[in-house]
Amino acid sequence: MECERCKQRPATVHLTQIINSEKKTMHLCEPCAREFQAESFGFVPQMNLHNLLAGLFHYQMANPFGQQEIPEGEKCPDCALTERKFAQQGLLGCGECYRKFANRLEPVFRRIHGNNRHTGKVPERTGGRVKIVNEIHKLKNSLREAVSREEFELAAEIRDQIKDLEKKLGGEELNSVNQGNS
Amino acid sequence: MSIKETVSTALSRWTGEGGAESDVVISSRIRVARNLADFPFPHRLSEEGAEQVLQAVTLAVKSTGGQDAKELQMTVMSELSQVERQILVDKHLVSPDLLENYKQKAVVLNNDESISIMINEEDHLRLQCFLPGLHLHEAWSEVNRIDDLLERTLDYAFDERLGYLTACPTNVGTGMRASLMLHLPGLVLVNQISGVLATISKLGFAVRGLYGEGTEATGNLFQISNQVTLGQTEEDIIAGIVSVAGQIIASERSARQALYRERREHIEDRVGRAWGLLKHARIMTSEEAMRLFSDLRLGKDLNIIDTIPGHLITELMIATRPAFLLKIVGKELSSFERDVKRAELIRLKLSEA
Repeated sequence: MECERCKQRPATVHLTQIINSEKKTMHLCEPCAREFQAESFGFVPQMNLHNLLAGLFHYQMANPFGQQEIPEGEKCPDCALTERKFAQQGLLGCGECYRKFANRLEPVFRRIHGNNRHTGKVPERTGGRVKIVNEIHKLKNSLREAVSREEFELAAEIRDQIKDLEKKLGGEELNSVNQGNS
Repeated sequence: MSIKETVSTALSRWTGEGGAESDVVISSRIRVARNLADFPFPHRLSEEGAEQVLQAVTLAVKSTGGQDAKELQMTVMSELSQVERQILVDKHLVSPDLLENYKQKAVVLNNDESISIMINEEDHLRLQCFLPGLHLHEAWSEVNRIDDLLERTLDYAFDERLGYLTACPTNVGTGMRASLMLHLPGLVLVNQISGVLATISKLGFAVRGLYGEGTEATGNLFQISNQVTLGQTEEDIIAGIVSVAGQIIASERSARQALYRERREHIEDRVGRAWGLLKHARIMTSEEAMRLFSDLRLGKDLNIIDTIPGHLITELMIATRPAFLLKIVGKELSSFERDVKRAELIRLKLSEA
């Protein structure tokens, strides 16, 4: 007999509940039984991240009339992952999914990370341009700090560094546009 | 260390000596998630695709050059027995995830097992560095270095705005998880632990048991890690967790001091009992062993017992896991036989100390 909750593992736990003098028996596997019991006591000990995430996404997709059926939604052109599949699993299928579902993911990022822009490491070989953009971003922050501390010499130095980087970037941009035209 | 040695000993770099703040921080771990640009993520990958990822990473590992290329050894999970695979999990060198549908999954380890690269786990690569004590900065610089070497050969899935793209959006950005394994018997004994853990989660850090998501905290061991991976630099994330850890370490130490000052006999009794049971018991369940190891470690850190090195306790924690006992005996054991074997192994190791 398969577990009636996850429909994957065999049912090894048989729970009988009596609610309003009505007897109900459930056949569950061990992990589901544990979760079920925790839920019925009103708390979930460790929220599963994937489920939580899928819930967030699902919530956005569900229509306001509370219909439970999740629509299939859009499909990733590269890996064919559907929005429904993501809402069920909490995992994206490929890099392209991030572009395809960008609008829907945006609020998810804000809820999980409180942010939607990467400021950390950039790959050495493939991320040259991004590296400069981030560097400028960082320097602009230090510039603001230096000015607020009235350290104007330092501020001038930082401003020059930013100018240099921006020149580098501008040059590259121009190059790529030219290449695009030719 | 060859893979055969790896699965025959509980010793690893992180179980060893040389850790800062090692009275509270057992180990530090930095893990980054990376994916290859031209393949769907592992759970959407065909067998051939997974094989190609494996080949690409093999090539990248070989191309690291120098000492790294010599040291880094890849093992495909299907080459190992079930017990051996479980031992890698018990040593925290791979995640339990790598044991499911392990056909095209592999792990790359260096000599002292401080570096581990899981291939075709939830992401194509999960690169981690694992060190004893509080050394997150060192672990990050090592991960960063190896990551750069691999990136010379591999095209990572990277987005200008979102950073490193990962299967689960909870990892996107830096793809980095920084975690610490903490021993907090003092806070547990003075009933402060739930308050401390609640505060940590409010600050945006996750608290978990010894073996990751959903596991219970046994032996007063807790793992704390960052939850946010997007919008902060790697250094910011590490600085955040180090500063939280500093607070926890300070409160744990003051809890221990208060206990020792005000309930000296009780604490000494507790440690003495643990010592006696571990040295003389003939049947030992793994829950009891973990509880007693925690008492023994507390006794060592309070200098009540000075003959036991801390790393021996860490080693025993792993060596007394079911998979290891099976490996030593070389055959299936009933749970009773396991408890007998566990008690025997502990007696032997402690008498050698």
